[in-house]
Amino acid sequence: MLELVVISTLNGVLFGMLLFLLSSGLTVIFSMMGVLNFAHASFYMLGAFFGFQLTKWIGFWPALVLAPLLVGAIGMAVERYGLRNTHKHGHVAELLLTFGLAFAIEEIVSMIWGKSPLDYRVPALLDFPAFTIFSTNYPAYKIFMLAVSIVIFVALLVVLKRTRVGLIVQAALTHPHMVGHLGHNVGRVFMAVFGVGSALAGLAGVIAGPALVTQSDMAASLGPILFVVIVFGGLGSLPGAFVASLVIGLVQTFAVALDGSLASAFGPLDPSAGPSVLADIWNVTIAQVAPIVPYMLLVLILIVRPMGLMGTRES
Amino acid sequence: MRKLALAIAVIAPMLGHAAWAEDTIKIGYIDPLSGGGASVGEGGLKTFQYLADELNAKGGILGHKVEIVPLDNKTNPQESLVQAQKAIDAGVRYITQGNGSSVAAALSDFITKNNTRNPGKEVLYFNYAAVDPSLTNEKCSYWHFRWDASSDIKMEALTNYMKDTASIKKVYLINQDYSFGQSVRTDARKMLGAKRPDIQIVGDELHPLLKVTDFSPYIAKIKASGADSVVTGNWGQDFALLLKAAADAGLKVNWYTYYAGGAGGPTAIKQTGLDHQVFQITEGFANSGNQTAMDYEKAFRAKVNLSLWYPRAVNEMRMFKAAAEKANSIDPVKVAAALEDLKFEVLDGGTGFMRKDDHQFFQPIYISSFGKLAANDPFDEENTGWGWHGVSKVDTAQAMVSTSCKMTRP
Repeated sequence: MLELVVISTLNGVLFGMLLFLLSSGLTVIFSMMGVLNFAHASFYMLGAFFGFQLTKWIGFWPALVLAPLLVGAIGMAVERYGLRNTHKHGHVAELLLTFGLAFAIEEIVSMIWGKSPLDYRVPALLDFPAFTIFSTNYPAYKIFMLAVSIVIFVALLVVLKRTRVGLIVQAALTHPHMVGHLGHNVGRVFMAVFGVGSALAGLAGVIAGPALVTQSDMAASLGPILFVVIVFGGLGSLPGAFVASLVIGLVQTFAVALDGSLASAFGPLDPSAGPSVLADIWNVTIAQVAPIVPYMLLVLILIVRPMGLMGTRES
Repeated sequence: MRKLALAIAVIAPMLGHAAWAEDTIKIGYIDPLSGGGASVGEGGLKTFQYLADELNAKGGILGHKVEIVPLDNKTNPQESLVQAQKAIDAGVRYITQGNGSSVAAALSDFITKNNTRNPGKEVLYFNYAAVDPSLTNEKCSYWHFRWDASSDIKMEALTNYMKDTASIKKVYLINQDYSFGQSVRTDARKMLGAKRPDIQIVGDELHPLLKVTDFSPYIAKIKASGADSVVTGNWGQDFALLLKAAADAGLKVNWYTYYAGGAGGPTAIKQTGLDHQVFQITEGFANSGNQTAMDYEKAFRAKVNLSLWYPRAVNEMRMFKAAAEKANSIDPVKVAAALEDLKFEVLDGGTGFMRKDDHQFFQPIYISSFGKLAANDPFDEENTGWGWHGVSKVDTAQAMVSTSCKMTRP
């Protein structure tokens, strides 16, 4: 039992950190620009595919730097030529733009790289078990993922809260005209923020690609859970997203580990009742419903605390 | 003179075309070409296109050209019915599908209704891979024909093999949460319980179909259970990712599987380093030792650049041709009648037959293990340097199960 608890905790933290890596860019963009970027998971996917391609050409480490920069550049272009024009039409127009973009990116990616999973391997340098607990190996690559997540969390917090750049960026969100009058180029600030947010997604893609699956539906399969993370943590709150990622990672991992069902708690149903919908619900284990647990959490938090764990705004 | 040349240039291709009989036989291939099942679906499509080309090169079926019409169902039953209707509207009279018994059940029902409502425009459904036993039992249909061994046949053979492996003490079951995965777990429990009551089932897991991206939590659970063997019906990315997570965690168990050889599977097994500890059960495999099949495998790999993962698709298309020739017609009603009880020499050797009672094809079944290549095994998989090696063969007569099917005949 202890073994399962320790290992599940580790797995949960590792998965949670990956979620944070993914949602950090999304939450940065939202908190700074107020744009809910539906194409965020698609930037993550682009990161993974660029990472794969560049790894093939020039190796993993250069790809780790170049791919996020490329994705960041694409993000900046999207802001400059897409979002800036739709901004004056309000948030709904921006939302629709990113929504459409997500589909376009998925189609383009599957046109170029096909729909089958790619053989994107962990770099040889990190392809060894970092440590062993209860005879279970923990790959060094996952520890690397964890380290990168924490570095990004700290770096983002410091930049946003402790530097002049962060100050200007935050001011530009609430008082764009005043910031403009003070001589700052507000448009460029927004473009940079969107670029950084996209680059973070790209970085997550390069890193998560070899650990999960790199294929054209990876955006669709991880996209929904990102929204759970940022809504649960509080829209626009970076520490909130961090805590929410951990909570969701742990909850989901532990749910898989649990075999309890209504039947095991209250005894089996009378078999004479025969198979029915009720019997299905009665016998389903927590492990079986693990994937929907985060979404149940989402509904719960929206009822109890609509602004999320650490969110400040009500809307 | 120029006019004549022009006339010839226009007419000549038409003449060439006229060498084919009037109607092309369109076979609607309904399987996932996007989403989590895409890798499997694309492999199947390439296989069927290869088989169609092969038939056409030898004059098609009764002079009719065979064409495969790819239709993407995203492994979704509802989407499959939309695609099936689209195909039927476009003149398709033969549909083939394999991935997902949930899809197969919906399709079988849809086609049965379609045929009742549209006499004279019947459609046949050739199932090459959906193995839920109910399709040839309580949900059987006259218009459905299955070439893959059903799940209970495979489990019967697999448990017969496991029965004689004394080292198996604790078994863990992990399967996809839908009709097929559920039938694997119930069959495994029932048959292992009957054949080896001393074996303990230490875990019985169902996870969502093609949705899990990280199997580490499941692997942790298998490890904690102390299992020495895992039985799984997982296919596609659900198998590859399961083994990938096992490799990462260093889980050392024996794997008894249905679909370890599918796309991505061999690569993941190689990563685990489990040499000849992963078993699969199929109707044929690359190193089967049958010369005809191995020559065929070689030609197939050279052209398609994939392993022949569906020997049953070869059987299906060849039997289709044989049945059409026997009936001397490409009318689905006549072909269906000709298929019943048709005996056929399968690709990997031995005789199989399409049982009239339930339209299940019975054929020899093989158990093979994956690992370092032996001297007489020429083929590896996915460039891993490892390949399949036969460990057991079950003849047609021993691979039969009874049926409860009472089908309505036209």
